[in-house]
Amino acid sequence: MAERKTMSDKVFDTINLILLILITLIVLYPLYFTIIASFSDPHAVAKGEVVFFIKGFTVEPYKNVFINDEIWIGYANSIFNTVVSVLLNLAITIPAAYVLSRDEIKLKGAFMGFFVFTMYFSGGLIPSYLLVKNLGLVDTRWALIIPAGFSVYNMIIARTFFKANMAQEIYEAARIDGSSEFGIFFRLVLPLSGAIIAVIALYVAVGHWNSWFSALLYITNKKLYPLQYVLRSILILNQEMNIVNVDSMESGEAMQALMRRKYMAEGMKYSIIFISSVPMLIAYPFVQKYFVKGVMIGAIKG
Amino acid sequence: MKKTKQPDGRPVLARDSRWVAAKKHLKSYWQLYVLLLPAVIYIIIFAYQPMYGAQIAFREFSIKKGIWGSDWVGLKHFERFVTSSVFWPLLKNTLGISIYSLVAGFPAPIIFAFMLNELTMNKLKKTMQMITYAPHFISMVAVCGMIVLFTHREYGLINVFLRMLTGAEGIEFLAEPKYFKTIYVVSGIWQELGWGTIIYLAALSGVDPQVVEASVIDGASRFQKIIYINLPYILPTIVIMLILRCGSLLSVGSEKILLLQNALNMESSDVISTYVYRLGIQDAQFSFTTAIGLFNSIVNMIVLSVVNYLSGKLSGSSLW
Repeated sequence: MAERKTMSDKVFDTINLILLILITLIVLYPLYFTIIASFSDPHAVAKGEVVFFIKGFTVEPYKNVFINDEIWIGYANSIFNTVVSVLLNLAITIPAAYVLSRDEIKLKGAFMGFFVFTMYFSGGLIPSYLLVKNLGLVDTRWALIIPAGFSVYNMIIARTFFKANMAQEIYEAARIDGSSEFGIFFRLVLPLSGAIIAVIALYVAVGHWNSWFSALLYITNKKLYPLQYVLRSILILNQEMNIVNVDSMESGEAMQALMRRKYMAEGMKYSIIFISSVPMLIAYPFVQKYFVKGVMIGAIKG
Repeated sequence: MKKTKQPDGRPVLARDSRWVAAKKHLKSYWQLYVLLLPAVIYIIIFAYQPMYGAQIAFREFSIKKGIWGSDWVGLKHFERFVTSSVFWPLLKNTLGISIYSLVAGFPAPIIFAFMLNELTMNKLKKTMQMITYAPHFISMVAVCGMIVLFTHREYGLINVFLRMLTGAEGIEFLAEPKYFKTIYVVSGIWQELGWGTIIYLAALSGVDPQVVEASVIDGASRFQKIIYINLPYILPTIVIMLILRCGSLLSVGSEKILLLQNALNMESSDVISTYVYRLGIQDAQFSFTTAIGLFNSIVNMIVLSVVNYLSGKLSGSSLW
């Protein structure tokens, strides 16, 4: 191929490459800036002096974030909720997806229609809200976990996986060998489903870790706030945070101290964004291929 | 109808034999249905129960009387919404934001996928994908936090750049209604540009190399190759994605908008879902807002069906 490249192809390739690099840098820049701003002197950030490089390296904003308990409570809540949610989702999704991939099942079309219909039509926000209220889940962490315990979309992805990767004859053979259906599922199918379990677990985990709206609807007890909800009060609603080491630095006028506080509060926001994204950013390079796999499986037949 | 007889001497009817077959089937496969049961129960409770509960849209719901005891009022709430003064502004904003996102956001990943697909340097391609996928994993709250920081009037990054380039005064972007939709759409493209390419790149990987080879021998340029070979090849995928997008034309999610909304940009940021949240959850006008939600779902359903039907007729690709 290479030797057949014409002049116009070369021009095309060069322009394409330059544009791609530009687009990638533009996408990367806001993330990069957030990180360098979080490690820079908040005053320099406020004056617009931080653009491409860290200026006045400091970890003060981070130190100040660490003394705010609510962020850590939020972290702990989010970790707990996410783990439980993943387990619950897997326990419901994987068996159902497997069953619907079996040829033997009767009324399969009806079952699928019953599930898929809910992807396109829902009762809406208010009836769901009233339901959770009536179930007595309000102001418990279960209001965040249980209603999100199952997703039809994930089930369809998993079903596609089973259809594509498991031959129906295996099941027949296992039955002839005297295995029960439970035996087939737990001893034969599950051990071969590592990849799809990983995909579903990651989908659920990211979704749950990043969710905040159900907390807005159902949670008023501060001790139960998930991380994203705490972030919202700090980043969006500008809620006051504990800040130390600022007033004591210089015993200047009150006005100056106030400004310093303000700058520090802004600087802390960058570090909070970074801290809250760290679990995803660390996990992301390792799990990326599973996510891509999920999208591809889902694409075969939605 | 078979004329054999059962042990008790009664003739076997077709209905009976179907019954017997079903019994036999259940006897050997009941465990499969047990594995399916939790999902069915879940959907009944958390998807169908709310649909059933949506009947309060046709009643005057009061917590005291419950769903059953509340009085029927027919289409009163629907009429009230359609004739209210907020109806047209809400519809305008909702459609405005979703059509803007569709027109600007839908082609972006397709074009980006074509560009990436032409890149022969695999390592670089992987790196670019890695970087552009990343924003997809950042939470909505963090993204909106970044938007708020970047658009700040004094030290927001965007204003810093504007000042450097033009020396202009800072603009408080989120306080001006005219910028809201652009902020919403551009940040959305930033977040989903890379991730959106996956499905198209997967489709593009199926293009037959021999066809490409032949076109090159015939003297096709790279650009012609994209237009005449790649584009037609992934057109069904594009159409399906477009149908899905059209089906949610009236459902601009409330999550991102609620985060970016404030009293100053309200006139261009208030959409149907945020209105439902405000009146339904905050003011507890359950029946009225359920009616709005139902109206929304039904319109979406109709649009999806129509677009799907048209697409099936015109291009042969459809969802069902």
